[in-house]
Amino acid sequence: MNEFLHMGGYARFVWPSYALTLAIVVLNIIWARRSLARARADARRRLLRADAHP
Amino acid sequence: MAWTWFHRLASPPHVYALATRLTPWFAWPAAALIVAGLYAGLVLAPPDYQQGDGFRIIYVHAPSAWMSLMVYVTMASAAAVGLIWRMKVAHAVAASCAPIGASFTVAALVTGSLWGRPMWGTYWEWDPRLTSELILLFLYLGYMALRSAIDEVQRADRASALLAVVGVVNVPIIHYSVLWWNSLHQAPSVMKLAKPEMPAAMLLPLLMMLAGFTLYFGALLLVRLRGEILRRERSASWIREALTE
Repeated sequence: MNEFLHMGGYARFVWPSYALTLAIVVLNIIWARRSLARARADARRRLLRADAHP
Repeated sequence: MAWTWFHRLASPPHVYALATRLTPWFAWPAAALIVAGLYAGLVLAPPDYQQGDGFRIIYVHAPSAWMSLMVYVTMASAAAVGLIWRMKVAHAVAASCAPIGASFTVAALVTGSLWGRPMWGTYWEWDPRLTSELILLFLYLGYMALRSAIDEVQRADRASALLAVVGVVNVPIIHYSVLWWNSLHQAPSVMKLAKPEMPAAMLLPLLMMLAGFTLYFGALLLVRLRGEILRRERSASWIREALTE
C-alpha cells in the first residue's frame, strides 16, 4: 500500500494530477445540475408572472 | 422525408425530452469506464521503463486534453449550425460546451505541467503545444465573457458563435504542433493504430479513460442543454409540462 502511494518517487506529481482532474470531473457534475436547476427555477418564475398578469 | 430527423433536432420540446431520457445512458457507462480505467491505469498497468510510475499521469492528462479539443470542435460545429440555419437548439448546444471545455483545458494544462516538471525539468515552457493549448483556454474564456457581456440571448448566441467558429483554426494547430515544430511535448502515441507505441496493458486503461470521458461529456452536455433550451424558450406552453416532471 505504501509502495503504491509512493508511486516510485513520483507521488507529488501523480497524486495532485489525479486529485485535480477528479475534482474537475465532480465539479462539472455539480455545475451542470446547478445550471439546469437555475434555468428551471427562472422558467417557473416566468410562468407564475405570466399567470398573474395575463 | 430524410430531413425529418434534422427538423426534430431543431424542435426544443423534442430535444428537451430526448436529453432527459438519454442522460443516464451516457452517465452510467461513463462512470463504469472511468472507475475501471482508473484502477487499470493506477494498479494493473506496469511502470514505464523510462518514466517509471510518473507516466501514469497520462491517464488523466490525455483524457483532459482530448476533452479540451473534442468539446471545442463540438462547440464550434454547433455554433456554425446555429449561425447557418438559425437553429436555437444548436446555439444552446454551443453555449453548454464552453464551461466544460474551459475546465478540462485547465486540467490538461496543470496535469501537463505536473508531468513536465519531473520529465522535462520545468513546469512551463513557451513551447508550441503548450502555448497553443493556453490560447485554447483564452478562446473558451473569451467566449464565456462575450456571452455574459450581452444580455439578450439571441444576440449573445450570434456573437459568441462567430468567435467559436473563427477560433477553430487553433485546433489543428494544437494537434499538429508537436509534428510541425520542435516541441518538448512527445508525439502522439495513441492515434497511430498501425504501429502502437504502447503495450496493451498501458494502452487499454487509456482507451477506457478516453471513452469514459467522452461519454461523461455527453451526459454533462445533455444536462446543460436542457437548461440552455429553457433559457431560450420564453413563453412556450410545453415548458409548463416539462417543469411538472
